[in-house]
Amino acid sequence: MDRSRGIGGVTVDAIIVGSGPGGSTVADILTAAGWSVVIFEKGRNHLIDLEHPYRLADDFSNDEIKFINRHFLGPDPFLEPRTFRTGPEDGDHSFVGDVNSIPSTVGGGGTHADGKVPRFREEDFGLLSTYGPQSGASVADWPLTYADLEPFYADVERRIGVTGDAAANPLAAWRSGPYPMPPGPSMYGAVLSTAAAETLGYHPYPAPGATNSVPYDGRPPCNNCGFCAFFGCPIHAKGDPVAMLQRALMTGNAEIRPETFVSRIRTDGRRATGVDFVGADGVERSMDARYVVVAGGAVETPRLLLLSGFDHPLIGRHLMVHFQTIAAGGFADLRFHAERGRAVTHLHDDALVPDDKSRKAATQAGLPWMRGGIVEHGGPGLPILEAKLYRWGPTHKENMRRSPLRDRLWAFTMQGEDLPVATNRIDLDPTVRDVRGFPVARYTYKPHQHELAASAHHGPRMAAILEAMGAEWTSVVTSPGSIEGPGGRASVDAPMSRHVMGTVRMGEDPATSVADSNGRLHQLPNVVIADSSVFVTSSGYGPTLTLAALAARFATAMVS
Amino acid sequence: MPTWLTIDEYRTLTAVCERLIPADQTPGAAEVGVPDYIDGLLGAFSFDPPRIWAGGSFSGRHGGQPGFARFHCLTALDELAWRTRIEGSLGRPEREFNGLVVGLQERYREGLAALGPDFCDCVPDEQVLRLRSLATFTQLVYDHSCEGMYGAPEYGGNRDAIAWSSIGFAGDVEPRGWTDHEVSEA
Repeated sequence: MDRSRGIGGVTVDAIIVGSGPGGSTVADILTAAGWSVVIFEKGRNHLIDLEHPYRLADDFSNDEIKFINRHFLGPDPFLEPRTFRTGPEDGDHSFVGDVNSIPSTVGGGGTHADGKVPRFREEDFGLLSTYGPQSGASVADWPLTYADLEPFYADVERRIGVTGDAAANPLAAWRSGPYPMPPGPSMYGAVLSTAAAETLGYHPYPAPGATNSVPYDGRPPCNNCGFCAFFGCPIHAKGDPVAMLQRALMTGNAEIRPETFVSRIRTDGRRATGVDFVGADGVERSMDARYVVVAGGAVETPRLLLLSGFDHPLIGRHLMVHFQTIAAGGFADLRFHAERGRAVTHLHDDALVPDDKSRKAATQAGLPWMRGGIVEHGGPGLPILEAKLYRWGPTHKENMRRSPLRDRLWAFTMQGEDLPVATNRIDLDPTVRDVRGFPVARYTYKPHQHELAASAHHGPRMAAILEAMGAEWTSVVTSPGSIEGPGGRASVDAPMSRHVMGTVRMGEDPATSVADSNGRLHQLPNVVIADSSVFVTSSGYGPTLTLAALAARFATAMVS
Repeated sequence: MPTWLTIDEYRTLTAVCERLIPADQTPGAAEVGVPDYIDGLLGAFSFDPPRIWAGGSFSGRHGGQPGFARFHCLTALDELAWRTRIEGSLGRPEREFNGLVVGLQERYREGLAALGPDFCDCVPDEQVLRLRSLATFTQLVYDHSCEGMYGAPEYGGNRDAIAWSSIGFAGDVEPRGWTDHEVSEA
């Protein structure tokens, strides 16, 4: 095996595995402090020219076939499948293919998200102290508080470029300052759905968004093209990690190696010494480093730790995926044109805050408490996705023109809090391999009673808002449970949410956690986990800003 | 001339697509070019670069340079994935690391043959019966027909963006985008 060294032929200060929002935040901070870093990314690069002056690429486009049907952002489920099962009763696995993938590309999950980046609430960091335990779940407090993380939330909001209105959400956590940018325009459907929600006592507000509303950091404002969720931004108005990666490269201290798969973290038993990797040429090499930062997301990160032979019994456990409850309503007299705008422009947080009704519902379900999640106000905008929902034959074209399942449909999606359960886990599949010959990640997952009860409570409430808005019919479905993902991707009982968390749990006690409050593995303190793997609980907010804030905290600790 | 299908297969496929998405007061799958979309996928590797991913950032339909027409080059792994998906694994070890893969070309060749050499000449009711009897194949063609109808014209279907205009959908809109007023108002 070749022993390659990093930048300038010397051992690098840090190897970062993964170029998504976590790895990019770390790269931005380490390179600014003069550290040399090499970022390994197993996916392709469609984001940024890797030669000076690091121009932004022109590969992204408003193209449903490319992004939804043909895996442009990766991972290709043939090359890098995952497997799924609900439990050992399913055998080795019940499904092989695309399970809940986040893009495998330079920029990672930041490229395909529609950029909703809310902060968590104060109690999200202390669920056990605030609400108490739940039978069958490992509810615990985080080893840090909202106050500890607030400066880093503010920091990454500036790095990414986040829009919002600090006064608009009465249920939000406190903030030390305003959002870097004001909100962008409200989608037409959200104008109607927020009005209906307010009449029923809810508190909708403009979603904090990583889509520029004004020129920011040398990039233009969003022009509302609508190809947002699951698409890369053609004009780079989205706060995918491009700004952070570009800054890191501009220091001259960073190198990005796309199409390079890190297969093992090397150790001397006490500390990591570097990594083994397989490059685009298929040749396996190694590189030394003082630190190894792992930011592959909550599926690929534990997979790498397991491929490396790390043996902490909690690696991969407490997998959490937001339990999605989707209430849809049909409106014969309205056309929402949801293909215009940022996919989702409004949220409400009311389902995250227990009230008398949810406490009663929890009691009836035999639970001490329950929480839902953020409710996203949105509508479908993609015609291929719509067309596949209708039957073939003489009614097809009339359905497409009338558009009951796209243009005349409005929906709420609740990203329900998923309790940490030790048997929900990522491990290595015993038989299925990726194209490079390494065992793939296997999901073992089923929801806790809490998620089902919270969904059953909040689903009809979301439908009631749609009825107040004038819906002629409403329908509530859940994932996992009853739907397929975009392009028919997800299947069986695999969750559709791309919010994956909790497989390298953070805490102060090495017996009950894998990493410490600075993201360092208890067993190997120069291995830092900088993604949503370290989440102790899932909250009901999208994880991106919180994982970036944690990454900023961890990187700051590394350089100080 | 079709790229990959034979003339007879192309003729049968055209009849199938039109039965799945028939014309009414607006054009159906045949006129819109859906068979060309499917034939273009089956024959994607007849082109260099292969016609898998249209380029970016813009189509030129709403300003900017027409980058969609310039298809992306594939990496070696991308080529492996898409050749396997289209051609099948064909007993090659590098394509069978998780087992045999039946390719789209084989599925189309067998499916079209199973519909019968007289499919084009059958009355519509008979065509529907035959399609229903081959439900898995019919679903495959329908999924691809939806892509060919409502995807970007650069992939061979949705000729002149006619399917988009028939449903009042603007398609790709960069770099024009939508004004704030167009987003927020009815």
